[in-house]
Amino acid sequence: MDAVRFDDVPAQRSTANGAAPGKVAAVTVSEPATKPRRMLLAEAVASLPRTALYGLAAFVLLVVFPVGNLLMPADSALHVSDYAVTLGGKIMCYAIVALAMDLIWGYTGILSLGHGLFFALGGYAMGMYLMRSIGTEGVYHSELPDFMVFLDWKAYPWYWRYTEHFWYAALLVVLVPGLLACVFGYFAFRSRIKGVYFSIITQALTYAAMLLFFRNDTGFGGNNGFTDFKRILGYPITAPSTRIVLFCVTAVTLLAGIAVCRVLVASKLGRVLTAIRDAESRVMFSGYNPVHFKLFVWTLSAIMCGIAGALYVPQVGIINPGEMSPANSIEIAIWTAVGGRGTLVGPVFGAAAVNLGKSWFTQALPEYWLYALGLVFVVVTLYLPRGIAGLWARR
Amino acid sequence: MVLTRCSNGTGRAASRERCAARVLRGAFAFAFLLWFGTAIAIAPETVRDLAGDDGDARDKAIATLVASGDPRALPLLEAWRNGNARRDASGRVLLVDGDATVDASTGAAVAPAPPDLDELTLTNRVRRELDSAINALRLSSPDVGVRLAAAKALSGEADGVALPAIKAALVKETDSGIRASLMLTSASIELATGDKDTRLAAVRTLAESDHEATRTLLQGLLTKQGDKFVEPDDGIRAEAAKSLRVVESRLARGDVVARVFSGLSLGSVLLLAALGLAITYGLMGVINMAHGELMMIGAYATYIVQGVFRTYAPGAFDFYLVVAVPVAFVVSGVVGMALERTVIRHLYGRPLETLLATWGLSLILIQAVRTVFGAQNVQVENPSWMAGGVEVMTGIVLPWSRIVIALFAGAVVLAIWLVLTRTRLGLFVRSVTQNRSMAGALGVPTARVDMLAFGLGSGLAGLAGCALSQIGNVGPDLGQSYIVDSFMVVVLGGVGQLAGTVTAALGLGIVNKFLEAWSGAVLAKIAVLVFIILFIQKRPQGLFAFKGRTVEA
Repeated sequence: MDAVRFDDVPAQRSTANGAAPGKVAAVTVSEPATKPRRMLLAEAVASLPRTALYGLAAFVLLVVFPVGNLLMPADSALHVSDYAVTLGGKIMCYAIVALAMDLIWGYTGILSLGHGLFFALGGYAMGMYLMRSIGTEGVYHSELPDFMVFLDWKAYPWYWRYTEHFWYAALLVVLVPGLLACVFGYFAFRSRIKGVYFSIITQALTYAAMLLFFRNDTGFGGNNGFTDFKRILGYPITAPSTRIVLFCVTAVTLLAGIAVCRVLVASKLGRVLTAIRDAESRVMFSGYNPVHFKLFVWTLSAIMCGIAGALYVPQVGIINPGEMSPANSIEIAIWTAVGGRGTLVGPVFGAAAVNLGKSWFTQALPEYWLYALGLVFVVVTLYLPRGIAGLWARR
Repeated sequence: MVLTRCSNGTGRAASRERCAARVLRGAFAFAFLLWFGTAIAIAPETVRDLAGDDGDARDKAIATLVASGDPRALPLLEAWRNGNARRDASGRVLLVDGDATVDASTGAAVAPAPPDLDELTLTNRVRRELDSAINALRLSSPDVGVRLAAAKALSGEADGVALPAIKAALVKETDSGIRASLMLTSASIELATGDKDTRLAAVRTLAESDHEATRTLLQGLLTKQGDKFVEPDDGIRAEAAKSLRVVESRLARGDVVARVFSGLSLGSVLLLAALGLAITYGLMGVINMAHGELMMIGAYATYIVQGVFRTYAPGAFDFYLVVAVPVAFVVSGVVGMALERTVIRHLYGRPLETLLATWGLSLILIQAVRTVFGAQNVQVENPSWMAGGVEVMTGIVLPWSRIVIALFAGAVVLAIWLVLTRTRLGLFVRSVTQNRSMAGALGVPTARVDMLAFGLGSGLAGLAGCALSQIGNVGPDLGQSYIVDSFMVVVLGGVGQLAGTVTAALGLGIVNKFLEAWSGAVLAKIAVLVFIILFIQKRPQGLFAFKGRTVEA
C-alpha cells in the first residue's frame, strides 16, 4: 500500500518545502522559501488591519447587536430582530467549532469526522443543568425531567449528580469532551492512526455515540433529547435580555477563541503542528514526538467544541442525538474548507457563509439545499482548496 | 337417501343466501352427511346419553363418540357447540340448520320439524368438553391447516376426552409441527390424569418433544410451592430433571444455529455492501462516501425493473431478478464511472478531499432520488419463490430471501476473485495498485484502469442495493445506514484484501448477533464499533495486511 496517498496534501504544503533539513529549529522557525513575495504580501495585508478588524467585529457584536435588538424601535433601520440575534448566536457557536476544526485539520492535518460528538457532549452537559433548572414546572410537575417520569424512573441516575449546580455543569462541558478526546486521541495517535483511517474511526465514534444517546435507557431523553428549558442561572431563558447576554458571551468566546488560536499557531508549538501536517516523519526524525503535540491540539479542539455546544443549547433551546450524526460532523469540515484551512478568520466566515446559506435555502428553496451543499463540497475541494481566504490572499 | 339429498340441497341454498360463517360451518357438516350418508347410525343409546341430564353419562357418551371416529360425530358436536342441536320429546337429537332439520343419529332429514324442541344442555363445562372433542375429531381432517389449528387449540386446554383421538392422530400424523404439538399435549394430559407408569412414560416422551412449551411444562414439575414440590413423586421429578436437561441442551443448540445463521445473513449483507468499497478504497485508495448512494441507486434500479415487469410481463414476474441484477450492476457502474471521470480523478492522492467531495456527491444523489421518486420508501416485492423459508429445526425457519442473498454474496465474491486474478483488467488493477508509475511505464493505461476499477466497485454497490431491496425498505436514505458499517468492514479486514473483507464481514455479522442476545441490538452495535476502534490500535493494517516495508510519508 502506498502510504503517501493517505497523507493529506493541501495546497499549503509548499509552506514546508523550503525548510532546511536537519535541526529542529529549521523546521520550527524557517519561513517558506518558495513564493516569498506573495506570502509576505498576504501577511502584511492580513496583519495591518487585524486589530482594526477585531475592534470592528467586537463593536458590531457587542454594541450594535444588543443596542439594535433591545433599544431600537422595531421600525428603525438599526433594529436587529430577535431572529437575527438567535441566528447570529447560533452561527457564532458554529464558528467556534469551525475554528476548532481548523486547528486540528487546517494546521495539524488531521481530519476529524467526529467533532459533532464533542459539540453535542458539551451541549448535553449544559442541557443537564438546564433540565434541572426547570424544576417542577414540567408536564408531570415532578422533580425529575419529563422523560424520566415517562420511563417511570424514581431518581436521577448517578451521572446526573450535582448537575443542578451551574459550576459543575460548566466543568462537565470542558471535562467530558476533553477527557474523551484525550483518551481516544492517546490510543489513536499512539498507534499512528492517521489520514483517512483516523477520519473513519472518528466517524464511527460519533455514530456509536449517536446510537447510544438514541436509547431511552441511556438517560438523556433518547430521541427527543432535552428541550423546553425554562431558565438559566435564575433568568428566564427566552427573555430578550437573557438572549442578548448569551449572544454577547458567545461573541466574546469566539473572539477569545480566535485570539488563543492566533497565539497558539504563531508560537513554536504551532510551527511544530504545521510541520506535522506537512511532513510528520521529518518531525519525528528531528527528535519530536508528534503524539504529544497532536494529543494536545486534538484535546484543545474538542474542548472548544464542547464550549461551543454549551453556548449553543441555551440559545437554540434543544439538544438531541441528531447533533451526533456523521452528516453533521462532515458539515463542520466543509465550513472550515469553505472558509479556508490554515487561516484563522477563514473558518469563521466559512461557518457563517454555509449556515446563512442553509437558513436562506431551507426557507426559500428547501428542495435545493442538499444540491447546493453537495455542490459546495465538490466545488470547494476541486477548485478552492484554500477556501474563501485563499481567494483573498491571492489578490 | 333421496330425502337427505333434497334437504341437503335446500340447506346449502339457504346458507349461500345468508353467507354467515357459522352457517357455512353448518353446511360443511351437511356436506359430510352427504358423503357418509350410508354410514352406520350413531348408537341410539349414545345419543340418548348425550341428550340426557346425567353429566357423567354425557361425558362418557362424548368420549365414545370421539373414540368411535364416526364421521357423523363431528357435525353433531359442532352443531351442539353452536347451539343448533335440539332434542324432541322422544329423546331424538335433531340438528337444526335454518329450515332444515336432520336426525343426528341417522342423518335422515326430518320434515316437518317436530314441535316442542328443547336445546341440548350447553353449560361452560360442556362447551369445554365439546371444544376438546371437536378439536380431537378435527385432527383426522385431510386439511393440514385444520389439523394444525386443532392441535394448537388442544395444546391450550386439552381435556382427557381428547386423549385417544390424539394418540390415534399421532400414529398417522406426518407434519412435524403438528406432531410436536400433539406429543406435548398428550404428555401433559397423561401427566395430569394417568397413573405412575403412564406419567413416567409421558415425562420420558417429553424429552423428545421439539415444542417450545415443553420446557415450561417440565419446569412446572420441578417447582416448589413453599417448601414442598408441586410434584410429590421423587421418581417423576428425577425423570423430569433428566428430560429437562435434554430439552434445554437441544434448545440451546437450536438457538446457536439460529444465531449463526442470522449472523451469517447479516454478514453477507455487510459483505455485499463492503465488497465494492474494498475495490475502490482498498485497491485504489479512494474513499468513496457516495458508495451507499450507489447501493441506493442499485436498489431503485431493481424497483424500476420490478415495476416494468409488473406492468408489461406479469407472467414472468418471478424472474425479474434475472434482469434486475445486471441492470443494477450496470446502472450503478455507469453512475460510478461518471463520478470518477468528472470529480474523483482530479483528487487522486488527496484522500481527505476525496472524502469530502464524494460526500457532497452523495448529498446530490440523495436529493436527486428524492426529487425523482419522492422522499417516501418505495415497495419492492419479492418474487414468489423467495417467500417462506426452510425449517431446519422446530421453530427455526431460515427465510429463503436471506439464504438466496447469502448464496448471492458468495457468488459475487467468487466472481470478483476471478476478475481480479484471472482477467486482464484484474491484472492491470493489481499492477496499478502495487506501483502506479511502473505500471504506467509498462504500458498500462492507468487512467482507464482507474475508471474501470471504480466502475467495478460501483457496480458491486449496485448489486448490494439489488440484494438489499429484497429484505428491507428502499428509500433515498438506504445508503446512509450502511456506510459506516461497510467502512468498518473494510478497515477491519485490511486494505486491499478480499479474504480480509470476507472474514471481517462474516465475523462482524456473527459477533453482532451473538452480542445482541445478551445486550440488545444497539449496545451490540456500539460494542462492535468500540471493539473495532480498539482492534485498530493493535493492528492498524487490519486482519490481513500485506507484509512489506512500506515507508510512511
